[in-house]
Amino acid sequence: MSLFGKVFSRVIPMPLHSITLVIVWLMLNSTTSLGHILLGSVLAIIIPLLCAPLRLPQPKVKRPLKLINYALIVLKDIVVANIEVALLVIGPMDKINPGFVAVPIELTGTLPVTLLASTVTMTPGTVSADISKDQKWLYVHVLNMPEQEQEVIDFIKQRYESRVKEIFGC
Amino acid sequence: MSFLMELIISLLLLSGGIFVLVGSIGLLRLQDFYVRLHAPTKATTLGLGGVLGASILYMYHLQGYVSINELLITLFLVITAPVTAHILAKVAMHHRVKLMERTRNPELVETSRAQLPPTPIDNSSDDKKAGTNREV
Repeated sequence: MSLFGKVFSRVIPMPLHSITLVIVWLMLNSTTSLGHILLGSVLAIIIPLLCAPLRLPQPKVKRPLKLINYALIVLKDIVVANIEVALLVIGPMDKINPGFVAVPIELTGTLPVTLLASTVTMTPGTVSADISKDQKWLYVHVLNMPEQEQEVIDFIKQRYESRVKEIFGC
Repeated sequence: MSFLMELIISLLLLSGGIFVLVGSIGLLRLQDFYVRLHAPTKATTLGLGGVLGASILYMYHLQGYVSINELLITLFLVITAPVTAHILAKVAMHHRVKLMERTRNPELVETSRAQLPPTPIDNSSDDKKAGTNREV
């Protein structure tokens, strides 16, 4: 690595985070004035410097287009989930058959697992509750369990896990 | 403000309000902690989404530019809601919160508390013992 590269990665350890911070700062203040750009830039340099030692190595996003596709699918599912849960909540209570399932997961790295767990929580009738220490099992609480538990597991694995796997290529 | 615009904004506000209301009704009606958790995490996301959408449209119509704060609120909401739900469920497990009688696989709470893999389903009757034996 060239000298410039070394200095650059020292001063700005997380370039993507820094850019995001500037953009979010400008969005928060809803201006593009020079003062705020400067202030945002200073924050975008100082905050990553403080946070860099806390960072765990994460797998890189390999297929950004798939990520966008995934976000759209999840967005659609959130809307469906809302309507489904709303109907269940208003309907008769004895229709609700809750239960726990343990979903085996094949992802590696905390970021993909976090993404999957968050997706599971946001989507139809499931809330992720815990992860086993070896990160191979995701415990999920299901609001309305179908007769076959395997249905829920297959749904999560096919619809979300396979896609997350593709995105991170792991 | 044109009638169409007013109509769209009111529809968004109404549907948003209905979803938030249903979320609160859910909190009241559902019977155990885990099931209650579903109502605010799900119904409220879309409810707030509707209200924020109405706010964006209204401000756009009034001022002529898209106010970005609403987008940020949506972003933070989508990031924080699942994390909160996850932590709440985890805490509930650790406190062995009472489950609904119908809840299936309640034995999973024990292995989940210990963050162990679940024991095979065929010997689910002595799950507890198997769970503690596995610890080593």
